[in-house]
Amino acid sequence: MLSVLISGDRPRSVVLGVLLMAILIGLATAPFLFPGVRSLETAARICVFVVLVASYDLMLGYTGIVSFAHTMFFGLGAYGVALAVDGMERGFVPVVLGAVLGALAAAVLAFAIALFSLRVRAIFFAMITLAVASAVAVLVSQLSGLTGGEDGMTLRIPRELTPAFKLLNEPVLGVRFNGKLLNYYLVFSVSLVLFLVMLRVVNSPFGRVLQAIRENDFRAEAIGYRVVWYRTVATCLSAVMAALAGSLYALWLRYVGPDTVLSFEIMLDILLMTVIGGMGTMYGAAVGATLFVLAQTYLQSLMGVAAVALADVPLLPALLNPDRWLLWMGVLFILSVYFFPTGIVGRLRESVRSG
Amino acid sequence: MSDTILTLTGVQADIAQYHILQGVDLAVPRGAVTMLLGRNGVGKTTTLRTIMGHLVARQGVIGFDGMDITARATSARARLGIGYVPENMGIFSDLTVEENMVLAAVSGRLLAERRDRIFAAFPPLRTFWTSDAGTLSGGQKQMLSIARAMAEDRKLYLIDEPTKGLAPAIISTMVAALRELKDGGASILLVEQNFAVARALGDHAAVMDDGRIVWSGEMSELADDAGLQERLMGLSMEGK
Repeated sequence: MLSVLISGDRPRSVVLGVLLMAILIGLATAPFLFPGVRSLETAARICVFVVLVASYDLMLGYTGIVSFAHTMFFGLGAYGVALAVDGMERGFVPVVLGAVLGALAAAVLAFAIALFSLRVRAIFFAMITLAVASAVAVLVSQLSGLTGGEDGMTLRIPRELTPAFKLLNEPVLGVRFNGKLLNYYLVFSVSLVLFLVMLRVVNSPFGRVLQAIRENDFRAEAIGYRVVWYRTVATCLSAVMAALAGSLYALWLRYVGPDTVLSFEIMLDILLMTVIGGMGTMYGAAVGATLFVLAQTYLQSLMGVAAVALADVPLLPALLNPDRWLLWMGVLFILSVYFFPTGIVGRLRESVRSG
Repeated sequence: MSDTILTLTGVQADIAQYHILQGVDLAVPRGAVTMLLGRNGVGKTTTLRTIMGHLVARQGVIGFDGMDITARATSARARLGIGYVPENMGIFSDLTVEENMVLAAVSGRLLAERRDRIFAAFPPLRTFWTSDAGTLSGGQKQMLSIARAMAEDRKLYLIDEPTKGLAPAIISTMVAALRELKDGGASILLVEQNFAVARALGDHAAVMDDGRIVWSGEMSELADDAGLQERLMGLSMEGK
């Protein structure tokens, strides 16, 4: 049963298996295990980014396509929901419709970019995606009448998903059963389903062809596979998944803005999460996104605690000052890339093979 | 049905600014092994790559099975029935041996009967069936590379130096497998530097020099005439 769910793609490492189970259980029980607004925000962000990073890995890790337009697709999904909600009666229909339209727009744009540029060299494709993504980001911030410009848009999501909606009047186990909780479980379950769908895709015959293309595209062509067609489909699929992740994020935050869904910083985060987790494995996306978001959220507080604890030691408190958290984040990246060149998942699987 | 599966007429091709094929005329008979011979660097591999469409024929016509395929995409040529085993083998090392084999069957499935025949020809592939292809030895990779071409029936096989750099024991395995392919009625165009292998397998031979075919005829005729070999292929010939 489990094997069918994960499409026969076993973790192939005990440590990795335990890690993945811990992430899954942690996210599934986050509202109860880690009560509090901040931890729930973090858990939801992890869910969304696992999908987003996995969809990016579908292109980068499985097909060998370097794209810088992934936040654009993410943003299309988010703005799709925002615009639909803005223009229609409050309810679930505009949310679903917006998500579908956003995904469709992402697919069409991905198809156009792919058709124009996948025949050429990888670096040229990367440049085109960069240019298109920048153009869209500028467009979104300029069309302030439609998109709210730099201020973004606040979403009137269905009442059932807001804190104002009460399922139970009294908290159970210290947790309020309200719309926010429902919203979290919506984000969690949709993310899980999307992740499993992508796992299915990469372990299908289609996914094998993608891997073959990544390794030797001429060889795949010589066997009889139309490489451009496969690359185009992979790009579109990846874009659709990213857009759906964006829709979820908009629904969760009840807000969209250029900084939260379109910025180039997010693009860099996605790249780092993919590389740290391990390219070419869906599980790498899950591990990379979880660790990265956790570090982003908690490194600063952790350093604050450490700085206080080491207050009597010379130099260390100054180094561990919470304001320097970005410095330490950078150090962590360098170390992780140095020690895990194949990513955390790649490293764990290697140690099994050699051990 | 004509008795020629592949014809090249005045084919010219370039690699970057170098004019490699200077007008190749070649006819590959159906159901036989044609050896493409010649010194290093005369354009044998380039000829195969041009037939496969990796390089564009600047001039001339490539006819396959009664069709003009000069302008077809590589994948279309493959689906018409040309199987290509390149010199560098081109196996997918991140995938398992099994996945490599299944991919090689464009129909998406590898028939059990076909798989057993491949196991019989190349026993190591059975042993390493679920291993990553990247972990195979050089000889085993070459076996996989040829086995991949045998995953489905192809009308024509282009095989580039299958014995290059292999130990003698593995060479004989390779020759036996190619002979089986040949006995099954396959049409093969085979580039080979090892003259003993060429003599053992070839029905016909075409010798290239300087981007052209300079001699073609029966393999036995070439094998029996040391003077002709000397004149056509010079010193690079091995294992006379």
